[in-house]
Amino acid sequence: MEPILLKAEHEKNSRALTTYLNRGGYSALKKALIMNPEDIREEVKKSGLRGRGGAGFPTGVKWGFVPQDSPKPKYLICNADESEPGTFKDRKLIHTDPHMLIEGIIISSYAINAYTAYIYIRGEFYEEAQILEKAIAEAYKKHYLGKNILKTGYDLDVYVHRGAGAYICGEETALMESIEGKRGQPRVKPPFPAVVGLFGCPTVINNVETLACVPHIIERGADWFASIGRPRNTGPKLFCVSGHVNRPGVYELPLGVTYREIIEEHCGGVRDGKKLKGFIPGGSSAPVLPASAIDIKADFDSVAEAGSMFGSGALIVLDETTDMVWLLENLLTFYTHESCGQCTPCREGGHWALEIVRRIRRGYGRPEDLETLERISRFASQGMTLCPLGDAFCGPITGVLKHFRGEFEAAIAKAKPLPKKKLPVLPVRSGRGTFGM
Amino acid sequence: MSVAHTQPLTMAPPELLREVHFDDEMETKISELLKRYPTKQAALLPVLWLCQEKWGWLSSGVLKAIADRLDLSPAFVEGVTTFYTMYHTEPTGKYLVQVCTTLSCQLCGASGLVEHLKERFGIDFGETTPDGRFTLLGVQCLGACGEGPVVQINNDYYTRLTVETLDQILDELPE
Ligand SMILES: Cc1cc2nc3c(=O)[nH]c(=O)nc-3n(C[C@H](O)[C@H](O)[C@H](O)COP(=O)(O)O)c2cc1C
Ligand code: SF4
Ligand code: FES
Repeated sequence: MEPILLKAEHEKNSRALTTYLNRGGYSALKKALIMNPEDIREEVKKSGLRGRGGAGFPTGVKWGFVPQDSPKPKYLICNADESEPGTFKDRKLIHTDPHMLIEGIIISSYAINAYTAYIYIRGEFYEEAQILEKAIAEAYKKHYLGKNILKTGYDLDVYVHRGAGAYICGEETALMESIEGKRGQPRVKPPFPAVVGLFGCPTVINNVETLACVPHIIERGADWFASIGRPRNTGPKLFCVSGHVNRPGVYELPLGVTYREIIEEHCGGVRDGKKLKGFIPGGSSAPVLPASAIDIKADFDSVAEAGSMFGSGALIVLDETTDMVWLLENLLTFYTHESCGQCTPCREGGHWALEIVRRIRRGYGRPEDLETLERISRFASQGMTLCPLGDAFCGPITGVLKHFRGEFEAAIAKAKPLPKKKLPVLPVRSGRGTFGM
Repeated sequence: MSVAHTQPLTMAPPELLREVHFDDEMETKISELLKRYPTKQAALLPVLWLCQEKWGWLSSGVLKAIADRLDLSPAFVEGVTTFYTMYHTEPTGKYLVQVCTTLSCQLCGASGLVEHLKERFGIDFGETTPDGRFTLLGVQCLGACGEGPVVQINNDYYTRLTVETLDQILDELPE
């Protein structure tokens, strides 16, 4: 496939406005601004574009939920929080081609009649925030932003809003709370953001990569976009590959390539000639799949059928030496650290699960532990919590227990009896904002 | 691997931050930020960033001044500040060394870096060296997993590190 989103990857000065214009940049905007917003929404719907932020919701359909007769202002938010472990594509896009993202934001804002857009970027991405600020300033200067854009009468302001270290702010409603100046705690849904979102107004929130696809759909048409990939899973996708591979990195490939092709052809296979043990197909909250699943297609529907989640397209490769008990402990450490604390199953369940896995790993497992882990993951997932972070920490549990249960059973079979002396208790976690882990 | 260019942070001494007033320059910046949002409260995160960049950390005096300026209660401002891990309510070292300890970086050897740093600095996570030069933190995924292991020093990312390259970077940091 010809590169689309990463076309400028090897170009010198690829971030500058001049080079973007040389690549044909902002011509989609000119085309869009003489179209009817409704026709843009239709075109995006027809392209089959599904959200690249994790949930895979059809973008055009989401835009259609915004009540156009509402007297309130409408907002567009670009989600550049990129915090799901394993994901690093939005950073790459911003480094390579910030104007492509900005063009996507302008067209998308116009399509939903928004006059203000915010880019919410994670606090650690300091350099990336500066890259965006610079590109936005260039765009204002050339009248792609601001009042009366390209003399069409359309006005749009775009602002960068930096987060400050909280994974949960990638969740759409927590993110809105964070822009409003509050703690990032997810809201009860419904109402959905399309109706009651930022500052109580209709809001569309999309991922960086989703918005970067929009100029291409307008420029080359929905049919062209839909011809890439597979039915219901259309378009190019940025795959983030990390872990035990020879060439980790971001690869732009059509949806529906097989994991074998990604791992063996593009990434040069498993590192140090080792054998593949398994892989996490969609960011760390996606249940792990065993090596035997390597021939499944990398797209939303195929991965769901295989019992995992395509998520953000982040592939974490695990070689034969990976200790699955250790892996689960690592991931649970992440998710318990990031719980916002509003729901008991997520706040407490995560900690209990982590304590159990730690105990197993230290050689004090008990036969009933695995059942308890499964019970916790039943209690904390599938709608039992306010936001999907509950599901996110249960994904790793169900995945390893389904495919690598033997490792846990072996650890428990070898377990020592609990010592008479009490085991050291985990240090009480001081609240967010203080140092330490 | 990138070449060291990180500049040291300066931490305002606590005496200076007991009671804080914004000067004209800060006022101008705050007014600019307020124009971006329909509510005053929404400027809270950017104003916290602004103050942390100016003074290095956020004392209760700073939080109080922000609360006054944005018509919020100091308790609310503190609640928000401490929710986010990147706002510091105590002074840190000149260099905030943050090692990613999440899965992909661990698969590429992050724990070796952690051990080495703890030994080199003689401190644990969350502590600062006695000379006030380094604060060591273990952090969660930094969003650069393909280039692991990753360490962030102040605002800069350093990637694909080994113990040797990390040592070289630390040695070259300016006074
Ligand atoms: C805990 C959690 C974390 C999330 N983190 C991100 C993120 O970092 N970036 C992102 O784009 N979407 C993230 N999402 C998904 C967003 O809530 C939202 O669905 C997405 O931004 C919508 O954009 P899309 O339709 O373009 O995919 C997260 C969701 C949850 C539940
Ligand atoms: S599931 Fe967890 S992160 Fe989500 S709202 Fe509940 S406590 Fe917060
Ligand atoms: S796991 Fe270290 S940067 Fe993502």
